[in-house]
Amino acid sequence: MYPRSDVLDPQGKAIAAALARLGHGSVKDVRAGKVFFLEVDGSDAAAVERDAHRMAEELLANTVIEGFDVRVVSP
Amino acid sequence: MKFAIVVFPGSNCDADCLHIAKDLLGCEADYVWHKETSLKNADAVILPGGFAYGDYLRAGALARFSPVMDSVAEFARAGGPVLGICNGFQVLLEAGLLPGAVRVNKGLRYICHDVFLRVENNETAFTRLYERGGVVKMPIGHGEGNYTASREVLDELSREGRVVFRYCDAQGRITDSANPNGATANIAGVSNREGNIVGLMPHPDRCSEGLLGNDVGRKMFESVVTALASR
Repeated sequence: MYPRSDVLDPQGKAIAAALARLGHGSVKDVRAGKVFFLEVDGSDAAAVERDAHRMAEELLANTVIEGFDVRVVSP
Repeated sequence: MKFAIVVFPGSNCDADCLHIAKDLLGCEADYVWHKETSLKNADAVILPGGFAYGDYLRAGALARFSPVMDSVAEFARAGGPVLGICNGFQVLLEAGLLPGAVRVNKGLRYICHDVFLRVENNETAFTRLYERGGVVKMPIGHGEGNYTASREVLDELSREGRVVFRYCDAQGRITDSANPNGATANIAGVSNREGNIVGLMPHPDRCSEGLLGNDVGRKMFESVVTALASR
């Protein structure tokens, strides 16, 4: 999950400033988010992805200010 | 008149609220542990400040799933007065009982000092004893108090007069330099449409008696006593 692009992200701004100070002038913007690694049972990748979407909407992300992406990685 | 003060693991302003209700206002008051489902016939509910569940994931995100929150939501929807202070406000936001969300402070730091607030709405259950447009000084103490909401919600809040407090300077001017955490439109507290649910980042509980050098916050608690008495 990550702060939505229309929401101010103070942490991302601070990181962007630090990268600029290190000479990485190509960086235009940084948004700082979180990654959750979930180990789940299930063989149907589409169903697992749907479940993960629900989990993100219900708890893992606050959709007022955050967006999210779900990726299913097979073991 | 009885207050219920909800205690989550990590609440740390619960004793202050109980002291105000019992010792200063002479009301009945009881703690309600977050795993309980009964609000013990309380007439008003306070979600105190602190760090419920260690603020894991997001401030208030896990507390919202505590068993007691279903009872709080039911009580609030039936018109019962509910006040969320600081972390309690964050819980109300996560629970969807108040609109919007808070982000990490603009300066990325935890801030702990007095701020000035302008009373924007004195018709809620918790602000009726304040003067509308009046300036009050209250302490804040938070790392995530940078309030925001969608454009539509912000418009609705302002149209319906549901911004309860805004950060201001000593003269009541709403300025950027008087905004401690970057909150949109200097918003420090909001209410629901009916005015029975109020949440704010500042701490009225930390300025409710002369001993602390400031007792302006006490009116929030007295307001609800008055509101209930006049029902």
